[in-house]
Amino acid sequence: MNINMTIIGQLIAFIIFVMICMKYIWPVLIETLTERQQKIAEGLEASDLAKRDLEKAQQTANETIKSSKLQAADIIDQANKRANQIIDEAKVNAQTEGDRIKVMAQAEIEQETNRAKEALRGQVATLAVAGAEKILGASIDMAHHQKIVDKLATEL
Amino acid sequence: MASETMTSSEYISHHLTNLTYGNHPELGWKIAETAKEISDMGFMAINVDSMLWSLILGSLFLWLFSRVARKATAGIPGGLQNFIEMVIEFIDDNVKSVFAHKNNLIAPLALTIFVWVFLMNTMDLIPVDWIPYLSSLLGVHYMKVVPTTDLNITLALALGVFALILFYSIKQKGITGFLAELSLQPLGKWALPFNLFLELVGLLAKPISLALRLFGNMYAGEMIFILIALMPFWSQWLLSVPWALFHILIIFLQAFIFMVLTVVYLAMAYDHH
Repeated sequence: MNINMTIIGQLIAFIIFVMICMKYIWPVLIETLTERQQKIAEGLEASDLAKRDLEKAQQTANETIKSSKLQAADIIDQANKRANQIIDEAKVNAQTEGDRIKVMAQAEIEQETNRAKEALRGQVATLAVAGAEKILGASIDMAHHQKIVDKLATEL
Repeated sequence: MASETMTSSEYISHHLTNLTYGNHPELGWKIAETAKEISDMGFMAINVDSMLWSLILGSLFLWLFSRVARKATAGIPGGLQNFIEMVIEFIDDNVKSVFAHKNNLIAPLALTIFVWVFLMNTMDLIPVDWIPYLSSLLGVHYMKVVPTTDLNITLALALGVFALILFYSIKQKGITGFLAELSLQPLGKWALPFNLFLELVGLLAKPISLALRLFGNMYAGEMIFILIALMPFWSQWLLSVPWALFHILIIFLQAFIFMVLTVVYLAMAYDHH
């Protein structure tokens, strides 16, 4: 086992290798690792953020659904109320219309009756006079007996 | 065994001899053929095999990591990038837990040490005869494939770290602050020589313990593999498999310890105490 110039050769090689490693290898690889670390940290942060956003969105969605349900119930309620109201109104309208029609019909009937009565009354007078003429066999002075005939007619 | 004509001790020493190219005092620049020639060469020699495998494995590390770094994406990583990132994060966590200051060098330094030492240790798991046998076919007589079983390699790494310890100590505390730290504690200024001795021993123990711990562990592990390889071929698996499994732990642990202690020493260099 001799100490010889190998020691110098190895020392020179050692210095050169360390310098190359220091200049071209270590910084590059460490930078890569740091970069990846940063990337991962950013990724985790982003996923955190996304999770929070999702939670928020879910909350808003839930709230919206709740309020929509309330609104829907409200609308249905109102609609029912309105429907009842419309039915009621329709009923009332129908009633009044029916009443009006009935009244009108009655009035018409009355009118017709009266007209018939009037017509009958005129004819009755004529018939009575004709009858009486036939009975008496003589013409009756119309002017003379007009009063009696009219009286008769009104009594009918 | 590599060859039937070798004795056990020849086999062992063959496996523990580096392929050395150096300046022999009598024969000039040449590849050493015996251990005697290697020791004659002294300092003016280079262990070609250790150097070669160390450079190959270091380049493999740089190639693999720079390939991933070039194509790295902050999106979903592929299989290889995933694995590399796991290593990077492992190192980064360890460095951050020990070293509190801002420094662009420490983490890449720790990464380089950890992966490089780990790869060099891993060569120990390749069966001890494969690569030496292949290289002997190519006419290369010695081939020691685990660079961390060469004290030169581990000591070079430790000295690099030691230089950084001195550099950061002086940079953070100033030359006077550093000297004061070495001489004025633990016993105050009246025991200055004693303090200085104690602290210097402590300071020098850092690189030496770093180098010797790694070297010793890997050398011993390699030695055991070589001893197991001396057994009859049909019974080797009985020992080599459990030892290899256990050694997986050791190669990782030694790389990890070297890396962590480096960071700890540098953190101590930064801190005032």
